[in-house]
Amino acid sequence: MAFDKMELKDIEVWDGNYAAAQALRQSQVDVVSAYPITPSTGIVEGFAKFKADNYVEGEFVMVESEHAAMSGCIGAAAAGGRVATATASQGLALMSETLYQASGMRLPIVLNLVNRALAAPLNVNGDHSDMYMVRDSGWIQFDAYNPQEAYDLNFIAFKVSEDHDVRLPAIVNQDGFMTSHTAQGVHTMDDDTAFGFVGEYKPMNDMLDFEHPVTHGVQTEEDWHFEHKARQHNDMMTIVPGKIDEAFAAFEKLTGRKYNQVEKYDMDDADVAVVCMGTSVETAREVALEMREKGIKAGVVGIRVFRPFPFMAIADALKDVKAVAALDRSAPGGTPGALFNEIAGALYNTDSKMLLSGYIYGLGGRDLTKKHLVDLFTELQANADAGKVLTKQQQFIGVRGPKLAYL
Amino acid sequence: MSEMKKIKNLKEFSTSADRFEGANLLCPGCAHSIIVREVLNATNDDLVLAASTGCLEVCTAVYPYTSWDASWIHIGFENGSTAVAGAEAMYKALKTKGRLKQPDRTPKFVAFGGDGASYDIGFQWISGCMERNHDMMYVVLDNEVYANTGGQRSSSTPIGASATTTPAGKISYGETKNKKDMMGIMAAHNIPYAAQVAPNKWKDMVKKIQKGFATEGAVFINAVSPCTTEWKFDPKDTMHLTDLATDSLVFPLYEIIDGHELNITYRPKNIVPVEEYLAAQGRFRHLFKDQYKYLIKEWQERVDANWAYLNRREEARV
Repeated sequence: MAFDKMELKDIEVWDGNYAAAQALRQSQVDVVSAYPITPSTGIVEGFAKFKADNYVEGEFVMVESEHAAMSGCIGAAAAGGRVATATASQGLALMSETLYQASGMRLPIVLNLVNRALAAPLNVNGDHSDMYMVRDSGWIQFDAYNPQEAYDLNFIAFKVSEDHDVRLPAIVNQDGFMTSHTAQGVHTMDDDTAFGFVGEYKPMNDMLDFEHPVTHGVQTEEDWHFEHKARQHNDMMTIVPGKIDEAFAAFEKLTGRKYNQVEKYDMDDADVAVVCMGTSVETAREVALEMREKGIKAGVVGIRVFRPFPFMAIADALKDVKAVAALDRSAPGGTPGALFNEIAGALYNTDSKMLLSGYIYGLGGRDLTKKHLVDLFTELQANADAGKVLTKQQQFIGVRGPKLAYL
Repeated sequence: MSEMKKIKNLKEFSTSADRFEGANLLCPGCAHSIIVREVLNATNDDLVLAASTGCLEVCTAVYPYTSWDASWIHIGFENGSTAVAGAEAMYKALKTKGRLKQPDRTPKFVAFGGDGASYDIGFQWISGCMERNHDMMYVVLDNEVYANTGGQRSSSTPIGASATTTPAGKISYGETKNKKDMMGIMAAHNIPYAAQVAPNKWKDMVKKIQKGFATEGAVFINAVSPCTTEWKFDPKDTMHLTDLATDSLVFPLYEIIDGHELNITYRPKNIVPVEEYLAAQGRFRHLFKDQYKYLIKEWQERVDANWAYLNRREEARV
């Protein structure tokens, strides 16, 4: 029985979860192996419903844990076909062992990660703790700021991940609830156009090719382990960025929607800028425009590709800015914050005299308000005027109690 | 359609084309390789294999070598079952979509794991695979100990065995817990087929493996695998130990169909006292001190009770 195609309006009102589920349907994923967890559940529920209504032919395997979900994805990917899943927070923590195995085994898998805080205390709302937790796992990481991007980046993730020169799994991040459960207008592609962009899956080292048996997941010790990891890193550094740019260019040609590894908003003449991810990018953009009306040349930089980290592009985007704030939405656990550290690293050996300060915000779904950002841009301008960071280098914003600032 | 392989005698069976090569790093006298060959040689069909982390895995796929002339995957300690389940799901998907490269083949999906990977750390994953009834076979290489990491107890380690984490000592007789009844637990998933096998009874084993391969749905196999290193016997005595295990009824051979129909498949002509089985292994040596001899008696009573239980179930067809 052939599956049915779905008629979509040019613009549909979808939340981020449903947008991602539609992208999985249109990509004709062969196996989804998954376990439900708030706030990502809508994605796998969506796929299950598409299957129940004959809109997909692929297998949907509802397993007994997130660890098993990714284990099933790995087995399915090694067998030779298109594979995807979705999770969040504790689920990602439970499957984290297998994330390293998936990337080390060079298997293309797309994971929709709906960003949520990590317990304890237990919390279902959005922050970037889960995204940060697996930042060294060898997965490509894209970041969507809204449902449209959650839709688009899934297609791009398949295209990059499955490229035979890449063969690395990819995460598409979106903010829990703020994106996953907020319905917005999403420009769609029709089914044929969408599938045409991703293309037929091209197997490589597939276990189901019985004429060419293959051994997956070998043992290496001090004799070979380093070479495997080094090659994986080398491909992440030298091959993946170009493939991402190619996919972004092809997608722009198809849809007119342009993506960049580092997104720059009002940065051409900016004196001060914030660097952030997720839905905060859109809030910051709005405030930056308002700051400009007050005479502060404010800009925003959004990280679109968190891994491989666009080190040089970030340095380039910020080279002429006087004062920058890195916004980290994750409890840093005794360090300034991942974005702060990455940006500091990117700028260190350059001629930039940029002043960098770090802000921890929004943990467990705490709102980042426009007022917070107005204050933040004002502090940045003061730093720029003084030629030095006037505050502590790390500050917490939006948390109750006495002001928390360090370093 | 897959065809059942005809196996006339042991010579023919043991010289079948090997998809598991003799070139591996397993200990001399290890029963794992014998069991694996008996499983693989039971069919001419293509195979998609998985192994959980353990002796079999670390001894057969050390880069840049492999002992496997069939598709094989290892992910981690707990998820060999789910690795094969994922591959089986992909097979079904590609079959539906008409994308199989060799659509006329009828592959069999088999995962191997030790008792540590199966009774303990991978228990949930196996349960999930059985409950979902994937068309796959899970084979436990049951040597009753974490052999790969040097002999720590697992929940398959029987009472009185000295293991490195339950050592016999001045005031200890070693493991104090009963071996987990994995067969009973797996059969309780109402899977189509579960069986306990031993490599010495190769005809019984091949029959069960072939039955398993012919079964549509999840199959669970528990294979006794005497461990020369941790049970502490001479490597040349592996088959002798296996004979003692089956003929003392410490490892009774039986099958459970659809979760309830229990058939005993081997009834030893001469039942060997459990004491002989225990006496042949260094891990039980301390039980022969006067203070622990009561444990040998209890061992025999436990084995007798279990045998009576299996017989009653066979008779009652429940």
